[in-house]
Amino acid sequence: MLLIDREGSATEAWTRADGAAIGNLSHALVGWDALPEALDQKSSDQKIGVLVPNSLPSEALKPFFDQLALVAIGFPAFADGRGFSLAKVLRREGFRGTLRASGPLIPDQFDYAIACGFDEIELPEASASRQSALQWQQARGRLSRTYQRGYTRDGNILDRRRLARAAANSPAG
Amino acid sequence: MYRYDEFDERFVRDRVAQFSDQVARRLDGSLTEDEFKPLRLKNGVYLQLHAYMLRIAVPYGTLSSKQMRQLALIGERFDRGYGHFTTRQNLQFNWPKLRDVPEILGLLADVEMHCIQTSGNCIRNVTADHFAGVAQDEIEDPRPVCELIRQWSTAHPEFSYLPRKFKIAATGAQHDRAVTKAHDIGLRIVRHPDSGEIGYEISVGGGLGRTPMIGKVVRDFLPKPDLLAYLEAIMRVYNQEGRRDNKYKARVKILVHEIGTEEFRSRVEAEFATLDGPSVNADPEELARIEAYFAPPAYETLPRESAALAAARASNPAFDRWAGTNLTPHRADGYSAVTISLKPIGLAPGDATSEQMRVIADLAERYSFDELRVTHAQNIVLPHVRQDDLHAIWEALVPAGLATANSGLITDIIACPGLDYCALATARSIPIAQAIQQRFEDAERQTEIGELNIKISGCINACGHHHVGHIGILGLEKRGIESYQITLGGDATENAAVGEILGPGLPAEEVPGAIEAIVGVYEAERNDGERFIETVKRVGLSPFKAAFKELSHAAD
Amino acid sequence: MAAAPKRPPLPVILLANDLLDGDVVFARAEDAGALSWTRDPALALVAAEEPDAVRLEGFAAAEIAAQHVVDAYLVDVAIGADGPVPRHFRERFKTLGPSNRPDLGKQAGEGIAARRSA
Repeated sequence: MLLIDREGSATEAWTRADGAAIGNLSHALVGWDALPEALDQKSSDQKIGVLVPNSLPSEALKPFFDQLALVAIGFPAFADGRGFSLAKVLRREGFRGTLRASGPLIPDQFDYAIACGFDEIELPEASASRQSALQWQQARGRLSRTYQRGYTRDGNILDRRRLARAAANSPAG
Repeated sequence: MYRYDEFDERFVRDRVAQFSDQVARRLDGSLTEDEFKPLRLKNGVYLQLHAYMLRIAVPYGTLSSKQMRQLALIGERFDRGYGHFTTRQNLQFNWPKLRDVPEILGLLADVEMHCIQTSGNCIRNVTADHFAGVAQDEIEDPRPVCELIRQWSTAHPEFSYLPRKFKIAATGAQHDRAVTKAHDIGLRIVRHPDSGEIGYEISVGGGLGRTPMIGKVVRDFLPKPDLLAYLEAIMRVYNQEGRRDNKYKARVKILVHEIGTEEFRSRVEAEFATLDGPSVNADPEELARIEAYFAPPAYETLPRESAALAAARASNPAFDRWAGTNLTPHRADGYSAVTISLKPIGLAPGDATSEQMRVIADLAERYSFDELRVTHAQNIVLPHVRQDDLHAIWEALVPAGLATANSGLITDIIACPGLDYCALATARSIPIAQAIQQRFEDAERQTEIGELNIKISGCINACGHHHVGHIGILGLEKRGIESYQITLGGDATENAAVGEILGPGLPAEEVPGAIEAIVGVYEAERNDGERFIETVKRVGLSPFKAAFKELSHAAD
Repeated sequence: MAAAPKRPPLPVILLANDLLDGDVVFARAEDAGALSWTRDPALALVAAEEPDAVRLEGFAAAEIAAQHVVDAYLVDVAIGADGPVPRHFRERFKTLGPSNRPDLGKQAGEGIAARRSA
């Protein structure tokens, strides 16, 4: 397993609980089915994260936003792009915790994941053994500017053109 | 024509570097073939039967002379001196080496071209009416909005790993020359019946392939400024709800069909309502910036009809025949749009050699404001030609083998590359097209038959649009040999219809005879001035089926 | 071969595409017996017995893993005067080239003549 965030390889703080048995884990990651039970047992200093399938409707998760420090969205395959839309919608609906993409993504998807609202990628060993944290870092910003407005990215091209127009229209100073 | 600004230029250069890096990671084993394949497809690189194939985007079918010359150069330097124009207005080379692709991409970037999203499960190259900006029945040129969509859909962070490919086509005219109803999204520029405001009619869920469907209108009128937010809503619904369990049921048409147009529309509208439009949409100033590039060229003030053209037609029967078939009326007096047929008798439909590309580029530069169009029917158009110059153009086309007078006629056949090149094909397409062309070679006969679209696909994926051919031919494998299924009554226009199967599949050698039989029924049944498709719609399939049945009995 | 498909009836040859060039290549036996690739279908090693086919499959897996070829699979053949001929028309085209362009591909000797005479 390899955990990657914007800074490079990251340390895993989360422990996968067995069902809803969160015990005294400081950061317990539970499955979607076990979430209500795990939250019932949660002590005030414990953090709970949930691993959800990418087909989960965002409305189902919304009532739990305040109690969740992390949502991990499963990517059954890198070519299954549902997780990008789910992440985008969760952010729009107001989830402010950590968003994790969990599955065999490839470095070329790193920028897309960040743009859709993810913070980190959890790679299975089979992917991590071929694709180093360095490759993931190198893939960041490979396309220095992109066109879409409304995604988490600095200075999309539409905004840049808007700025350039504003500058051109402002009185010379 | 649109010209790249610094951002567009930087983007394609970045994309070339990114692809080079992807190839390097494939070669050092970091990426498996399964991981690399979607990456190379999103850059237009297929592995075909004999070699790699590179599909180059010709956005909305518009090319400059300089771009056409660069394609000619690439064809010579890295391929076998020819390319193939496709039914989605792109160009593909059949023999490039993977090791050369980064260099080819660099040459394309030099002329503001790329191969981005010409394949893969993403939003593909946007196609448009090839007479955009020319046609007399046009409300507004669709190319600016196509360019806006091209940019918006390029490397989209959320919609680059869709359930399946996603094709968008646009038209601004009454008459649909872009097959918009057979696209995942068909966009028609319309005028609001009450306010007169210009906006878009949006259809979703059209498509050919295994399960042909005609697109359903989900929005009668979308105000122009809302376009990108509305597209985002459609794409999000599809990305989340489209089927991923079965590749053959993964297109948006299946989702629309399974949940129903009403339900699909309400999901899209619900998503659209939650979007903050201004944070998604392009500014009207951005569309205006793009529109400025598509301003009409500086036409001369000319008389409506050219006396020089009339005189040349009167004195030269071959030129007269060509002028009778390959010209389209232009909105500017004294001008015509010229269709250069890439369907000479007996050659592969849509193929052009590097020399031919240069001839065409020179003609565009000299006579057509430096502009060319690629049609979905796999021909090339010189969009703005003075009628006074037509004879000189024709004289230049003749020695290049580009003056075939058959636009829209029975030998102007659409055909995919089929099993002569394609790894997916189940049968050959090109030899079938050649055999039909040879059978109907006689020019008089072609003129007598009139407008008739034959479309041939070498497999169920229907790149040759056989479902919407007046006569469609689908190549399949049957018991170890190539077998051809014939359909009748398809229509690719605003009256879009899917053809019906006439009878059992035929071996290749019987196909021209079957076409002859179908044409025979039409000639016997037609009223004065009635086109083939009109006769088929009026008399129905039975007389054609009867003739077809007789034919298969005769073959037994 | 990933997820080895059902093996076609013997005799068979192994074909693939060269990863960098894309050309169709065929497994052949060198004089010393080691397997390598050739662009000439006439030189393809014909596996008539089960163990030979297994050996070709092993070679395919190793060559895919080494990033030399892609899309490697066994093809059942008949033995013609000039060597093995695939029984299926699709694979036959891979040993020839486009049928509408006899001037191109293996049927025109591309990548073949020099090697055969060498």
